[in-house]
Amino acid sequence: MRPVYMVSGGVSKFEKARPDATFQKMVKEAFDYAYGDLPKLKRETIDGSVASYFSDHFTRQLMAGIMATDYLGLCPKPNKRVEGGGATGGLSFQSGWEAVASGRMNCCVVFGFETMSRVQTWKGNEFIAHASDTNFDYPVGGFYSGYYAMMVNRHMHEFGTTVEQMAMVSVKNHRNACYNPYAQKRRKLTIQDVRDSQMVAYPLTLLDICVMSDGAAVCILTDEETAFKLTDKPVRISGVGTGTDFMRFADRPHGKVILAPNEKESDYGKLKYPGVHSFRAGRSAGLQAYKMAGIKDPIREIDFIELHDAYTSSEIQTYEDLALCKYGDGGTFVEEGHPFLPQIDYGLKLKKKGTIPINPSGGLIACGHPVGATGLMQAVFAFWQIQGRIRQHFGSGELQLKKADRGLIHSHAGTGTYVTVSILERGW
Amino acid sequence: MSPIVIKHPYTVEYLHSYGQDSPFFAGLANKRLLGTRCGGCRYTYATPRLHCANCGKETDWVELPQEGRVHTFTTCFFGSEAFLKETPFHLVLVEFDGADTLLLARLIGVENPEDIRIGMKIRAKFRRNSQLKPTDVYFVPA
Ligand SMILES: [Zn+2]
Repeated sequence: MRPVYMVSGGVSKFEKARPDATFQKMVKEAFDYAYGDLPKLKRETIDGSVASYFSDHFTRQLMAGIMATDYLGLCPKPNKRVEGGGATGGLSFQSGWEAVASGRMNCCVVFGFETMSRVQTWKGNEFIAHASDTNFDYPVGGFYSGYYAMMVNRHMHEFGTTVEQMAMVSVKNHRNACYNPYAQKRRKLTIQDVRDSQMVAYPLTLLDICVMSDGAAVCILTDEETAFKLTDKPVRISGVGTGTDFMRFADRPHGKVILAPNEKESDYGKLKYPGVHSFRAGRSAGLQAYKMAGIKDPIREIDFIELHDAYTSSEIQTYEDLALCKYGDGGTFVEEGHPFLPQIDYGLKLKKKGTIPINPSGGLIACGHPVGATGLMQAVFAFWQIQGRIRQHFGSGELQLKKADRGLIHSHAGTGTYVTVSILERGW
Repeated sequence: MSPIVIKHPYTVEYLHSYGQDSPFFAGLANKRLLGTRCGGCRYTYATPRLHCANCGKETDWVELPQEGRVHTFTTCFFGSEAFLKETPFHLVLVEFDGADTLLLARLIGVENPEDIRIGMKIRAKFRRNSQLKPTDVYFVPA
């Protein structure tokens, strides 16, 4: 395998509904932004593409990937569609990485989209719920927020996590998004606001949960030689990992914790793992990516993270999976202030603000979650962070981190069924 | 110009086959709760699967106890379209003695989420007229 770099990215603003554009047009907007941001890139340089979208139901169109490809003018070059629920974007990003790492392509465009406004929210929930076992899960509950609520109730029982700690994640991500013009929901909230909003699935409220969106995102990946020809600030993809787990969360086994390099067996006594309180796929993906990137102590060696916070609860669970803290300490981790940005006032008293900023962009909770675009959006925001060009792209530098040499992106599907982790770092 | 949006009905009668899971649903119609057990490694699945995920061998059908405990729970106040009219409803993952995995089911007979606690004993009840759905079994406080 050879080194792979990200050289450009683009995002269409995520919105509740974009009736003015079909998915092709939204992809084109993101593509043109990425293409326009890299003046030395010529269309002939592009060898092929990967299409990222989750559900054929949302487009009522099969083979939508090729329709975006032809709209972009990338025919007759190779293209394929990659799909894996909520992790579709992360999986596609890694598929683009594979195309370049293997030598099949020197330059690969990864584009993703979802047009979720085409149906009512409850019908959208149903389409999403079809990504749970339709023999045993969908017909009983038929609602992903319900599945995540069950998982966090066990997390609270097992570890003492509180709803206020979860609400702090929502306060953080909505507040960060105030400075991100691409975000769908930019709001200054208090813990009380989150708890007072409508109960969706106990104990998760409307403000603990991400929303459906229309949107698209594009990443352009190249080999080393092409990267340095096109830009003097290429971002290297230094680690990739992918984990899987049973689709039915009722099937999650009870065994021993898969240990991170900074952990030992005695840390966990009799903790049954992964249970429904933890995501084994996330731990597995993280450890693979850390190994490839040579990371031993993630919290010290990574500067920021864009992770899949479809729920405030899953953000807390993911801190633990990524070994930023011990299993069980995710609630305390947020309460102490570690995942907040040091420069932003959240209206909260935080003891250790900004150890490792998480979801500086606002995450899925505030940016929105047009599924096929989401994992690529994370890559674009991480790319801009590392290049130090947040001010240029966001029109304000509030979210630019002082040290952003190495970032992690994390994409997550099902009840933890597919998880991808990719490490991006300064390549120049 | 402003975009033209038209409505397009999109319905289909899908012939959903339970396939190798069919005996579970037949069991519910007969007020029996069936899981599977691997003859090789003895792993016992409360949500049945005909082949063992640990060793790949075909499993055998076994009858599960009709009493269990709440492993975790929620109350859904919102849902996907097909379930909206049923909200709010309670969901539980049930743990059974002698089974290694759990079963997702509805909990009936409690009012509020505050009335449910992890570890509470619950027992299976069966719908009088089977609909051949996993909701043919539901649980009530024991
Ligand atoms: Zn077995």
